Amino acid sequence: MIIPLDLILLFFLVLIAIAAISVRDLLAAIILLGAYSFVIATVYVEMHSVDVGFTEAAVGAGAITAFMIAALARTKREASD
Amino acid sequence: MIDWSFGGGIFIAKYNYWISILLMLIGFYAMIAKGNLLKKVIGLNIFQTAIILFFVSLGDATLGSWGKGVTEPIVKGTLPWAAGGIVEHGVVYANPLPHVLMLTAIVVGAATTAVALALIIRMYEEYGTIEEEEIIEKERELGV
Repeated sequence: MIIPLDLILLFFLVLIAIAAISVRDLLAAIILLGAYSFVIATVYVEMHSVDVGFTEAAVGAGAITAFMIAALARTKREASD
Repeated sequence: MIDWSFGGGIFIAKYNYWISILLMLIGFYAMIAKGNLLKKVIGLNIFQTAIILFFVSLGDATLGSWGKGVTEPIVKGTLPWAAGGIVEHGVVYANPLPHVLMLTAIVVGAATTAVALALIIRMYEEYGTIEEEEIIEKERELGV
């Protein structure tokens, strides 16, 4: 584990998580969740857990983002909070 | 015996665990306090990745009790940065057991998210909204 890189990535992780749940536009929230997944995949790889890292990048950032955009296309884009 | 000192004790040296708990609480807050159903699913995803981060941190030996200078479990051979130069048979691996468990958890989490989104689409077809309070309002009107 590279400690300064770990600290920077974890800082951005918390920032993106707070942004993803506070933004009102749901498409922006979904894209921020995809960015969150990529950052946490980088954290896994940097903690020598390569298999979890690329599975998270493929499933978490790829598939879940696609599922959520597909669900959003069938519902409304604006959120009240 | 817990080391309560600030620098090398449980506060700074175990910061991965603290960040994991912080993310867990952010996700839990979104699941409880947000009215939009898609926001609740996003909170669920954040909660899940926080737990995965906790387990991966347990497997990483820098944070555990195995000492510093670990490699990936798949790496075989020498460890050039070990004490006293190159060591032939002294490779310290990250613990692969939490990695395998969390690999399963990621896939199960994706399936859970897909089921939740299917339910959200069905509720939108039924009620015309994905806000929790409006759904409760409509149910009260319908007398359910």
